[in-house]
Amino acid sequence: MKHLLGVTAALALTSPAFADPDPTNWDAVTAEARGQTVYWNAWGGSTTTNDFIAWIGDKVQADYGVTLEHVKLTDTADAVSRVLAEQAANQDTDGAVDMIWINGANFASMKQAGLLFGPFAEDLPNWSLVDVDGKTVQTDFTVPTEGYESPWAMAQVVFIHDTETLPEPPKSAEALLAWAAANPGRFTFPQPPDFLGTTFLKQMLIELVDDASVLQSPAGDDFDAVTAPMWAFLEELTPHLWRQGRAYPQTGPRQLQLINDGETDLAISFSPGEASAAIANDQLPETVRTYVLDGGTLGNASFVAIPYNSGSKAGAMVVANTLLSAEAQLRAQDPNILGYGTVLDMDKLTPAQADAFEALDLGIATLSPAELGQVLAEPHPSWMTKIEAEWIDRYGVAN
Amino acid sequence: MRPNGSIATASPTKSVSANISNNAKGRPNGRPLFASGRRLRAVPFITVLALLVPVAAGLWGTVMPAFGHLPAAGHVGMSLIAWEALFDWPGLGRAVWLSVSVGVISTLVALLLVILIVAGWHGTRSFQWLERLLSPLLSVPHAAAAFGLAFLVAPSGWLSRLMSPWATGWTRPPDLLIVQDPWGATLMAGMIAKEMPFLLLMTLAALSQVHHVEYARVTRALGYGRIKGWLIAVFPAVYAQIRLPVYVVLAYGMSVVDVAVILGPNTPPTLSVQIVRWMSDPDLMLRMQAAAGALLQLGLVGAALGAWRVAEWAVAKWGQAWATSGGRLRRDWPLRVVGQFAAVACSAAVLAGLAGLAVWSFAGRWRFPEAWPQTIKFSSWMRHGPEAIEVAGVTLFIAAVAVLIALVLVIGCLEAEHREGRPMNPAALWVLYLPLIVPQVAFLPGLQGLLLWLGWDKGLWPVIAAHLVFVLPYVFLAFADPFRAWDTRQATVAASLGASPNGVLWRVRMPMLLAPLLTAAAVGIAVSVGQYLPTLLVGGGRVSTLATEAVALAAGGDRRAIGVWGLAQTGAALLPFALALALPAMIYARRRGMRGG
Repeated sequence: MKHLLGVTAALALTSPAFADPDPTNWDAVTAEARGQTVYWNAWGGSTTTNDFIAWIGDKVQADYGVTLEHVKLTDTADAVSRVLAEQAANQDTDGAVDMIWINGANFASMKQAGLLFGPFAEDLPNWSLVDVDGKTVQTDFTVPTEGYESPWAMAQVVFIHDTETLPEPPKSAEALLAWAAANPGRFTFPQPPDFLGTTFLKQMLIELVDDASVLQSPAGDDFDAVTAPMWAFLEELTPHLWRQGRAYPQTGPRQLQLINDGETDLAISFSPGEASAAIANDQLPETVRTYVLDGGTLGNASFVAIPYNSGSKAGAMVVANTLLSAEAQLRAQDPNILGYGTVLDMDKLTPAQADAFEALDLGIATLSPAELGQVLAEPHPSWMTKIEAEWIDRYGVAN
Repeated sequence: MRPNGSIATASPTKSVSANISNNAKGRPNGRPLFASGRRLRAVPFITVLALLVPVAAGLWGTVMPAFGHLPAAGHVGMSLIAWEALFDWPGLGRAVWLSVSVGVISTLVALLLVILIVAGWHGTRSFQWLERLLSPLLSVPHAAAAFGLAFLVAPSGWLSRLMSPWATGWTRPPDLLIVQDPWGATLMAGMIAKEMPFLLLMTLAALSQVHHVEYARVTRALGYGRIKGWLIAVFPAVYAQIRLPVYVVLAYGMSVVDVAVILGPNTPPTLSVQIVRWMSDPDLMLRMQAAAGALLQLGLVGAALGAWRVAEWAVAKWGQAWATSGGRLRRDWPLRVVGQFAAVACSAAVLAGLAGLAVWSFAGRWRFPEAWPQTIKFSSWMRHGPEAIEVAGVTLFIAAVAVLIALVLVIGCLEAEHREGRPMNPAALWVLYLPLIVPQVAFLPGLQGLLLWLGWDKGLWPVIAAHLVFVLPYVFLAFADPFRAWDTRQATVAASLGASPNGVLWRVRMPMLLAPLLTAAAVGIAVSVGQYLPTLLVGGGRVSTLATEAVALAAGGDRRAIGVWGLAQTGAALLPFALALALPAMIYARRRGMRGG
């Protein structure tokens, strides 16, 4: 043991202390970034997202000489735990993770634990294009971002339905329950702790709770009382779910497969353009459309953050900035590619750029901004964590 | 992961006296490898270290957090908080039961089927046909086989589509819980289909050491049916030799992760799947819970092996009574048919599943209940193909390096055994099997923590070292029998012509053993290509192989992508076998005498 300690101590002494790049000096950032390799840890379960990230990789390679490697995660928490483990092992330079696709509880815990590099986001050159007033890009599940993560896509909950089998989809919790009871086995949601499954629970909670404003503060002793109506709802709904709630799809995209297979008629999605993209890729029938609930649906932004011990911070900032470019945002919003909402403000773009967004065919199943309607604010992350744990206790180990 | 590769069946045994050339001080002839006897004698020692150190270090790295010592989570010293947290998890009983029942039942059924097939059909023409049908299944990676099976048997799967709506009346799939059922039945079926070929080939290798043909003739003369005759006369000797492989199958079935993720239940999952989930939770407290769970998993495997051993005694006792009972069980054709049917069903399920993956990889729009895609497209291959080729390169590089190291160590061990004239210590066999019997989830997370702490967690080398732990035993098992079966009188002839021991090894023995050598290499590559957990945990996410990419995609459920990646993985495992068959024939095209292997 002593020898091992000696070796690590020697390694620690010989490793030079790297100075972090200064985000306000962009020329220095791009100069430092050249030749760096950025390991972007992002969920890898969606082929469309993977393709988009590969395209970003080609672009930063051509424009800045930055190599982007997509580390395909099955769960964002994998990357968070990796950084935590590195911090525990005092590996404070050149960690394995250079950038994480992140939001919500993972961001809150990393920011609180001091695991993030920053602030950098609001110093990126393309930050000037971001729609700061119209979109929730400076708070993440009520937690202020303070420049520790950079937005790159807007998301809002929509429900996907097959008009052929379900022409009049249920638009409230009550209607959903009634429809599910009349059509057992035709609805399910991804199994919490999958974020989309937890999102479904939050969406129902917001509608069923007496006063939704309590959800903006951290959950405390009031948790049981506030969430009681949602558990009563689930108690009734679960027996009518696909497979009687004894099995669940493990991720969001798996629901699309279920609709395409004719197993279910309804799915929840956090991306208004996902259905159109899936139709274009033959993953959903042409008869699929999307809709939002009468009371509005949850919305949030997807961010990228840089761990404190990344050895390629400059390169990661270049990638974050490239994600905010009009070209990348336009590509992301194209339903044939990705179908994610842009974070940019149309008024801040050049007329030609704005026209390109205007001209974009959002796809047959994508709702217009007006149709998407009111965006409901995400509850404080503590609600999500607690709901998730409670659901697992009640239903996740029920068999 | 466990066996993906075939274990070469031994060539007919000659009783080998390995005593002939024991002058270890051969003339130095400039060859770097094993040039001196001392270096050669170090090889078995290095081999034992390569197998034991990672397992022991990993277990140590698991024991510490399990008993409350995880400074990263702010816990120092001994405590039982991890165990308390583990026993507070409401799914524990169910998860433990799943692990035990899946492991025990799938092993038992696979073993029984192998017995029925070998006892009922060995020596017949149908048997050759069955063997040919089952052998390729070995190299199909577990994950790919599991995807294929999932698509085949789901209510909206291929079987259901082929029967609908004309036979079933279904225009929509029925709401039946088949894949990921809470009892783990589909998971068991998948494990049986993958493990049976492994046990079958191990049994065939063992048969070659037993005078089974003569025994069978005697029992038939006494009027016994094929199955009972084989069971009472041949099976006891065969089982003694396949005991360790059976233990490997049992331990693997209880702790498998990738197949359980795809086919197993999730409410709750099996214990090992839950451990991996806890391991990847941002809450570091759960690491301790995972470590405690990993030790529990290890204890379960130990207890199951103990119980199995007791059952062996009981069966042996009962078997003795049965053997002398006088019953001939002459009309055993129903049992023989069951064995044949099961073999065909296993093979058909895996192969049809792979075919399903292939069709999906070319599918345009394809909905239930259509049996075939509406259109055929190449877009999935255009899209994932280039990346798959790149990742296949990394995968095969890791496999090739691990296999090369393994071959050097294995040849060194066998040659040292040969020159010193001492057969391998029985304890060494257990060392060989140790990494295959200790559940991966019990030592890999600890190993990851240790490598991280040492700062050796980056790049391909830690992954290669981790793969070596699993590749080495299989390469050894595949190559040891042919190596030992080589007729050492040829060494005497070569030595009398002036060849040194090294000259005999490299210029006579290895060239003559080229075919089994390549087969052993192919086995090693297939094992490496299939490794999911070692790559994921030791590679720290930075090393992508076909296995990690395919299982990550499984979460997304995009069958077209899974089709491309699953086939790429299968190809990477199968191609080396094809080469192992083709190369000796090409190299020795004009030297017929060298082709016997």
